[in-house]
Amino acid sequence: MIADFGYGILVVSLVVALYSVAAAAMGVINKSSPLIESARRAMLLTWPLISISALALIYLLVNNHYEISFVYEVTSSSMPTYLKITAWWGGQAGSLVFWSWLMSAFASLVTLRKWDRDREFLPYVIIVASITLAFFLTMSVVFENPFARLYQTPEGIAAHTFAPANSVVFTPEDGRGLNPLLRHPGMIIHPPMLYLGFVSFVIPFAFAMAALITGRSDDRWIRITRRWTLWAWLFLSFGLVLGGRWAYDVLGWGGYWGWDPVEIAAFMPWLTGTAFLHSVMIQEKRGQFKQWNMILVILTYALVIFGTFLTRSGVLSSVHAFANSPIGPFFMGFVALTLIVSLALLIWRWPELNSETEMKSMLSREALFLLNNLLFMSVLVICFVGVIYPLVSELATGAKVTVGPPWYEFSTSPLFAMLMFLMAIAPLSSWGLSSQEKLSNLNKPVLGGILALPVLVFAIFWKQLTFMIGSWPGVVIALAVILAVAALMYIFRKLIWLAAVLAAVSTVYLYFTYTQNIIALIGFFLIVLVLAVTIREFWRAVRARQNSQQENFALAFARLIGRNRRRYGGYIIHVSMMLMAVGILGIEMFQKETQGQVAAGEALTISGYTVKFEDIASWNNPPEQVNYTRAVVGIYKGDQYLGQLYPRKDMYFSDRQMLNPTQPMSIPGNFSSFKDDLYVLLVDWEPASASGATFKIYVNPLVNWLWIGSLLFFIGVVIAAWPDKEAEYATARVRNKAYQPSSAD
Amino acid sequence: MKKHLRIALQVLALVLILTGVWAGVAAAQGSTPTDDEVNAIAKQLYCPVCENTPLDVCPTEACRQWRELIRQQLADGWSEDQIKQYFVDNYGARVLGEPPRTGLNWVVYLLPPALILAGAFVLFRAMRSWIKPTSVEAGPAESKTIPLVQDDYVSKFEEELRKRK
Repeated sequence: MIADFGYGILVVSLVVALYSVAAAAMGVINKSSPLIESARRAMLLTWPLISISALALIYLLVNNHYEISFVYEVTSSSMPTYLKITAWWGGQAGSLVFWSWLMSAFASLVTLRKWDRDREFLPYVIIVASITLAFFLTMSVVFENPFARLYQTPEGIAAHTFAPANSVVFTPEDGRGLNPLLRHPGMIIHPPMLYLGFVSFVIPFAFAMAALITGRSDDRWIRITRRWTLWAWLFLSFGLVLGGRWAYDVLGWGGYWGWDPVEIAAFMPWLTGTAFLHSVMIQEKRGQFKQWNMILVILTYALVIFGTFLTRSGVLSSVHAFANSPIGPFFMGFVALTLIVSLALLIWRWPELNSETEMKSMLSREALFLLNNLLFMSVLVICFVGVIYPLVSELATGAKVTVGPPWYEFSTSPLFAMLMFLMAIAPLSSWGLSSQEKLSNLNKPVLGGILALPVLVFAIFWKQLTFMIGSWPGVVIALAVILAVAALMYIFRKLIWLAAVLAAVSTVYLYFTYTQNIIALIGFFLIVLVLAVTIREFWRAVRARQNSQQENFALAFARLIGRNRRRYGGYIIHVSMMLMAVGILGIEMFQKETQGQVAAGEALTISGYTVKFEDIASWNNPPEQVNYTRAVVGIYKGDQYLGQLYPRKDMYFSDRQMLNPTQPMSIPGNFSSFKDDLYVLLVDWEPASASGATFKIYVNPLVNWLWIGSLLFFIGVVIAAWPDKEAEYATARVRNKAYQPSSAD
Repeated sequence: MKKHLRIALQVLALVLILTGVWAGVAAAQGSTPTDDEVNAIAKQLYCPVCENTPLDVCPTEACRQWRELIRQQLADGWSEDQIKQYFVDNYGARVLGEPPRTGLNWVVYLLPPALILAGAFVLFRAMRSWIKPTSVEAGPAESKTIPLVQDDYVSKFEEELRKRK
């Protein structure tokens, strides 16, 4: 009954969403504002409707209605209530409803805003948002009904929306239970965060389409959606970070990011979104890159849908799974349709979107932003090829291949290095100086000498470097990065020399105290460079404020950020990225691991740590249907006793685990410090005597900075995205003047 | 500093020699290779049945057996390349972390750099075309005023603007 009700409401929501599309379209054609108003109200109605349907689903989940196929798949009677509720997004059918629910919430929020100044956008925003919503609702109603029941027929048991002939409803004793890997707090928050990011990127896209259709070539759509985009970006970024933290805490392989296609599916819209966030600033300031911003927002939207498709259609495990799943072709069709329609619109409006101003120099701020975009697009190309190629290979030759971390790391690391360098020089260009730096002013012999030096060093140490880096193309790429950085540093020498000296000194210090690895040293050099430049920017601005306003340091600092939130929020994000880079560099370059079997009282040693096996115990927890095996290890740094760790294996013996009994969860014991993490996994043990156990131990240097950086990142984005009352009034802007102040806000 | 370095190098040399001797002895005796030796190879291989899971961390029973197979092969004196080749021969190229550089797989190595270079070229051309008109048409008015603006002046000007906002 409840299931029929929920399904019915879902169907009604679909009808309402479709009505909203039709009414808005008719309203535009007939120039009828009552029709458009009706479309808006229909749009507003979808959220309460889907909420009711979702409540019905939650009711079924919480009350163990195992005759519902989805409930059977993701819950079991041993699960606590909060997990039964969050199981809503723990499986395919439910998570699609969750997507629609968030989508309708965002679309409703956007239709509630004051539309006085932008009435002409309204119908088109409604059309785009409602089409997207209708697409996801169709998927739920037609292909992935979360309310489908299990029916027993002569052929067997299967899920159906409507009762087949000669069938009876089948109610299993208990559900299969949520995959234990998904019962971690990180995994409970991670999908909603990602989905929030995905869904909120639909809003800028809807406004972009509205701007294209109405022919408004100004930056109004960007100004309206600026904060949406930032919040979308925040959610998506946090979704990615939480996913990483979950992997680190639960998956038990000592890492946080494995370049898995599922991760990359969420990373790709993040890349275009990040590029978009940067390049819209230029459109706002200088009226340039209008066409390019359209392309970026279209790409981001398409990648959001494509990412959902990759993770939801089963295409990643095999192209054949894709062919068999009905939602695959449906998804692909939708992505193709969106791309064709939106690109056609863009081509139609292309001439009207020409730049309002000209670019001043190859080294101007705008040029640097374009370079930033090129680099993000390059990482995107790599990710896209890496995700798609295994499918192409399987289709073309029948051979499956793995495109794994070694390939991604090799291909993307030079691009990330260049991005870091751009972070170092971009803030400097905001002081209006870069336009003075003309390429023709360069002293070519000096530049030649600067560039010849690394070439010479590389030529001499070619063999050693090839051995250290692993392959000659790697050495060539490292050299190319060094040359590009050196040339740009020379061009910007007046601005950057202090930071460069600091970075060089730090690098030399690290060479003697920490590492001789050239890749790591390049990385640390760039990190210090960016930090030094950015902190100096803060310092300079705060001092200026102190002098002019007679404020104390703290007040000047707070007001500086408060008055220019986007710029300084952005700088805080840059600093946070560098902290994250420290963590990434640490774990990627210096991770150590060892594995060994020890008897009670014996110890394993690694990187100065001693891990002593003290005890092990195994017990069942019948209410949760799980068997825990927990080891107790004492850890020492040298002779100093640091405490105990409790690496664990959890073996679920519910139905799901019976089907897959050999995949227990390895929960690490982790001792964390700013310097490194000691990450201990229990691999194996001897059940009878409890006298021996096998441990795998990782030492992950500096990885904590990744998490610290992500917290700072959060603060930075919130500062940049915080609603700004003044901005609403201050949108009037002088354009095409000889000089524009380079304030980034 | 130097002294420490020298001691460190000496210790390192000693360790290397000892490891070498020990490995030689171990090989000669055919004793069981350590978990670390097995993992060093398993790390470079991917589970032939799971998706994108390196063999050294894959928790399934099948992978455990494959790791034991590697241990056995090491004990039998197989080289790292022989073991990897064995897995490729039996389970296909998907056990490798990146596609082997043959046939269609070159796409993965050549397409991204080609696209990136094409993108860079297009961008460079576009930027040049954007810059040219400035120097010809709007050039005189702009290019004369901007370089003359002093840094201090700009910052004061900005400050003033901000105050008025």
